[in-house]
Amino acid sequence: MKYAAISIKDLHVSYYGNEAIKGVSLSVNPGNLVGIIGPNGAGKSTFLKALLNLIPKDKGDVMVLGKSINEVRKKIAYVPQRNDIDWDFPITVLDAVLLGTYPNLKLFRRPKKKDKLWAMECLERVGMEEFSKRQIGELSGGQQQRVFLARALAQNAEVFFLDEPFVGVDVSSEETIVKILKELCWQGKTVIVVHHDLSKANDYFNQLILLNKELIGFGAVSEVFQTDIIERAYKSQFAFMNEMGV
Amino acid sequence: MAFIEAVMQYGFLQKALLTSVMVGIICGVIGCFIILRGMALMGDAISHAVLPGVAISYMLGINFFFGAVFSGVLTAIAIGFVTQNSRIKHDTSIGIMFTAAFAAGIIVITMLKSSTDLYHILFGNVLAVRSSDMWITLAIGLFVLGAVYLFYKELLVTSFDETMGAAYGLPVRMIHYFLMTLLTMVTVASLQTVGIVLVVAMLITPAAAAYLLTERLSIMIFLSAGIGVTSAVVGLYFSFTYNLASGATIVMAATAIFILVFLFSPKHGLLWKMLKVRKKRASLI
Repeated sequence: MKYAAISIKDLHVSYYGNEAIKGVSLSVNPGNLVGIIGPNGAGKSTFLKALLNLIPKDKGDVMVLGKSINEVRKKIAYVPQRNDIDWDFPITVLDAVLLGTYPNLKLFRRPKKKDKLWAMECLERVGMEEFSKRQIGELSGGQQQRVFLARALAQNAEVFFLDEPFVGVDVSSEETIVKILKELCWQGKTVIVVHHDLSKANDYFNQLILLNKELIGFGAVSEVFQTDIIERAYKSQFAFMNEMGV
Repeated sequence: MAFIEAVMQYGFLQKALLTSVMVGIICGVIGCFIILRGMALMGDAISHAVLPGVAISYMLGINFFFGAVFSGVLTAIAIGFVTQNSRIKHDTSIGIMFTAAFAAGIIVITMLKSSTDLYHILFGNVLAVRSSDMWITLAIGLFVLGAVYLFYKELLVTSFDETMGAAYGLPVRMIHYFLMTLLTMVTVASLQTVGIVLVVAMLITPAAAAYLLTERLSIMIFLSAGIGVTSAVVGLYFSFTYNLASGATIVMAATAIFILVFLFSPKHGLLWKMLKVRKKRASLI
């Protein structure tokens, strides 16, 4: 039997009593490239972190690949926001990608030659092999994001979570990243991307989760990407724009 | 040369040297993780927080190692608890908790009416190291190095990207407290060499110098340990030769190395940076 890649039932999250996510339920099938969009402060990153059980939730069930998240952690890869990383950390590009092999290494085991070759292969896939010996802080924003995507690839995961991967990224890196994410979906993997920019949402994703604390819309891009639905999610911003006479 | 002869001749100096070298190594190694995690202040706090544990151990007549680890880890937990359960920021929480522990320690020691002990605990007296102390330092050293070797992977991931570690199922909070425990043990091992007040310098200064010299954590750890050992030996030499407090001379030696690295490090040194800027500007004229 085939399970949903992710199924969420009635998820509630709050910070000190302030509700950040209210009663979200949805289910994503494998092989989808899903964008989470919504205005600033809509709780997109919170939603992602709650899915991964990185922050406590008040209520709700999250199943990934038909199991609880703690049973399938080795089958998921998470790419953090770029400003969550210390780019001065003494680590080279190849070693950063090599971290992706750690989840599948046993305790006390070090990565072997074959792990290093695999990390290099992942680095080639994002077109960053010639930078393998550089310190990560020497790269541009787009290159850094490609390295982190390579790390996620090295994890051999089934479900990928990316938090704002296109912030501060140049056009060609963005194209490379989107191309690879699409390839992953063709291989039957599931990719969930927090994305703040509406303009390209319909090109990049085949499903959208439109969020503004509660679930405003979910489904195929063509269904969700309608002016009236988007307007409901962004109504505070739109009201502001009306006042400005835009 | 008189120093080398003296080392050959006197047992107390051999013990002092061996203990200092061990302290240089373990402080250098743990210090790398402390500064990369942005926990320099935490290092200072935990080193002060072992004082009440040491004092109470004296009072109860047990080995001070156990009391010190207990009060150090307890303080680390209290700091975390206050940060997570109020709007108090982390550095403020650290300031509250470690001064409280330190004050409690001073009161207990005053009650014991032994101010010489207090002085030695605070500032170290490496020339008075007994064999039993040396063995404790050696055992702690081997334990700490073994732990870092075995859990290197986990320490690397959680220092660099803790969220990734948590996402793939590492017990990140447990690793944090494990590191705090190692930190406390290192502090205890350093008590007699540099003393509570200056341990933080041995944790941070060699690691910071190493940080300016390399782009790889593994190399940074070895460099930091090497700088720690060099500082310890040079410091001990000055302490013995000019009859100065060992903790102070060792820390000054480490600081001198840091200043040299800060100025002349091939990639991050101030001097080369300035030369590069000047060359660039000259080429534009």
